Amino acid sequence: MRAMRETELRERLAATGYVADETLSMALHLALTLGRPLLLEGSAGVGKTEIAKALAEVLDARLIRLQCYEGLDAGHAIYEWNYQRQLLAIRADGADEAALFSEKYLLKRPLLEAISQEVRPVLLIDEIDRADEEFEAYLLEILSDFQITIPELGTIRARTRPVVVLTANGTRDLSDALRRRCLYSYVDYPDRETELAILSRRAPDVEARLARQIIGVVQALRREELEKSPGIAEMLDWAGALSGLGINDLSANPAQVQATLVCLLKTAADRDALPPEVMARIVGKVA
Amino acid sequence: MAVTRFPLRAEGVADRMAGFIAHLRMNGLRLGPGETVAALAALSAVKATDPDQARRALKTLLVPDADAWRRFDDLYDSYWFNMGKQRQGEANVNVRVQGAKPALWQSHLGADGPEQESDAGQLDGGDGEAEGTDGRLIATRTEALSRRDLRELMDEDSLRAAEKAAQDLGRALRDRRSRRLRQAVRGRELDLRRVMRASLARGGEPLDLPLRKRPDRPLRIVALCDVSGSMTTVSRVFLAFLRGLISVDTRADAYLFHTRLMRVTDALRDRDTLRAAGRLSLMAEGFGGGTDIGGALRTFNAGHAGRAVNGRTVVIILSDGYCTGAPEAVAEGLRRLQRRAHRVVWLNPLNGWEDHAPVARAMTAARPYLDALLPANTIAALAALEPEFARL
Repeated sequence: MRAMRETELRERLAATGYVADETLSMALHLALTLGRPLLLEGSAGVGKTEIAKALAEVLDARLIRLQCYEGLDAGHAIYEWNYQRQLLAIRADGADEAALFSEKYLLKRPLLEAISQEVRPVLLIDEIDRADEEFEAYLLEILSDFQITIPELGTIRARTRPVVVLTANGTRDLSDALRRRCLYSYVDYPDRETELAILSRRAPDVEARLARQIIGVVQALRREELEKSPGIAEMLDWAGALSGLGINDLSANPAQVQATLVCLLKTAADRDALPPEVMARIVGKVA
Repeated sequence: MAVTRFPLRAEGVADRMAGFIAHLRMNGLRLGPGETVAALAALSAVKATDPDQARRALKTLLVPDADAWRRFDDLYDSYWFNMGKQRQGEANVNVRVQGAKPALWQSHLGADGPEQESDAGQLDGGDGEAEGTDGRLIATRTEALSRRDLRELMDEDSLRAAEKAAQDLGRALRDRRSRRLRQAVRGRELDLRRVMRASLARGGEPLDLPLRKRPDRPLRIVALCDVSGSMTTVSRVFLAFLRGLISVDTRADAYLFHTRLMRVTDALRDRDTLRAAGRLSLMAEGFGGGTDIGGALRTFNAGHAGRAVNGRTVVIILSDGYCTGAPEAVAEGLRRLQRRAHRVVWLNPLNGWEDHAPVARAMTAARPYLDALLPANTIAALAALEPEFARL
């Protein structure tokens, strides 16, 4: 397919509702042109997973997602034989061996799925740092050669090279080998303008003044020392809650605003750190 | 700001790029010749004449982690823009030294500390700069005169002894085996659930016999070492200990703090002992100043703790507890740290003295949040801690 210029990519991402800053769109542009996997790091809630979804939409490609967890093994990530069906087939009509080990009885897991697509898919390997180091090593091979060997069937080579996006949020250090093979981008919380653009894109019915107030408060909260800073998803939830309640000025309804903080603050300590007086001060500053 | 022009010859660009990669490598990024090729390929995929685009493209390509991500812009500027070029005019050898400085001093002096005198006007405002102008920088410069060279502090014998102590400690903590069983190639017993599953493939005959065993779940050590004025007499021992700890256990992590906190794991892990000591002396400049334990803990909790500390981490704090900040800040920092970590241990050199009562206010505030408060002022004392650690 035709290579997209960076600015064009950014515009098309924006059209799908994802507002990417310059650094990120450059990272995506390079990942597409150089055909290298892209490793995204950053705090929870900055929209790392969303990037892959938006990218799939822009490229009009299928999104294949592999959620990593501790103990993830090849059987769940790559492929597995459907033993029950094979047994049934043997009992039913004594199927011969070649038929038993055919694609019909193969359960494709995300990685095999991704490399056997006709049209280039987007492969999202989410929270790679949660998987074990052994799995990471296995992944290295797939990411560099894009081929998987199944003893009974032979080697399956990727027909199209998938666009690979990996995300991590620092549960453990990733190996240098994996980092070297990937492009890297650190996704930070967006600045005021970008976040305002995200809000107006995702929730167009929120009034401009309220939107400015919401962004002001959320950005101020991120500067406070909270255990869990509110991410973009939290901000959007809060905006939805506020407009759902018919609030159009934060400073006018302090009680309701305080009640809706459940959308933003996710630990008891953070709740305690922001009593109504503190919220009133923060809201007063941005109003 | 003027841009370094690419020479017209094609190999000129390649040469400059190779120089840039070397410059990054000098500053601690691990890059090989493959990256030079990839960098040139990346430049051809963007508008290379636009310095901003080129910067973003190279940043994406060459940076391996979040730490380097924050430093990259400074490194980029110092190579491609005037600042780097002027120096190159003087002498080639100097470029390397000068180029290496910002990375080493950065955590300590703020973004552009050392260069402020020469071209203060030209620097774009990094976020560390505000801190650099608030007077601490001046204090640091005065301190630099009495800088301790760690090269003489780290003689072979003490290093060996410290390494031994660290090894024993590491061993005391390491042999922690999980109660859960997991699949393993060389396990001790049959994994019956998997035997059943695998037997399906063989028509119900248990031919494949997967095994399982108790996996090792080693505890990881994270050490925070105080290098302020009150600690000068013992910091030598502690630094040797840190180095021992880091070289023994690849997962261990070390930090120094006085009024600021800095990660020294990479400097300590440097295989070249002399260079490691040199890097450390640069970092520990401002040795013997005041301490802000609460501030250091806050920085640690906000930045490093998320990555470095989990439920299998033992955090060791080496400090005497004399601190200029509020004791509440220390207590608060420890409270957060304790919730995240497996154990928090405070090694206090003063506890080693007879008749010592922990009267430092920070110490009193900290006590409820510690799993253990142990004495340590010499390598021998550190070595004697092994049974204490085994009990944790």
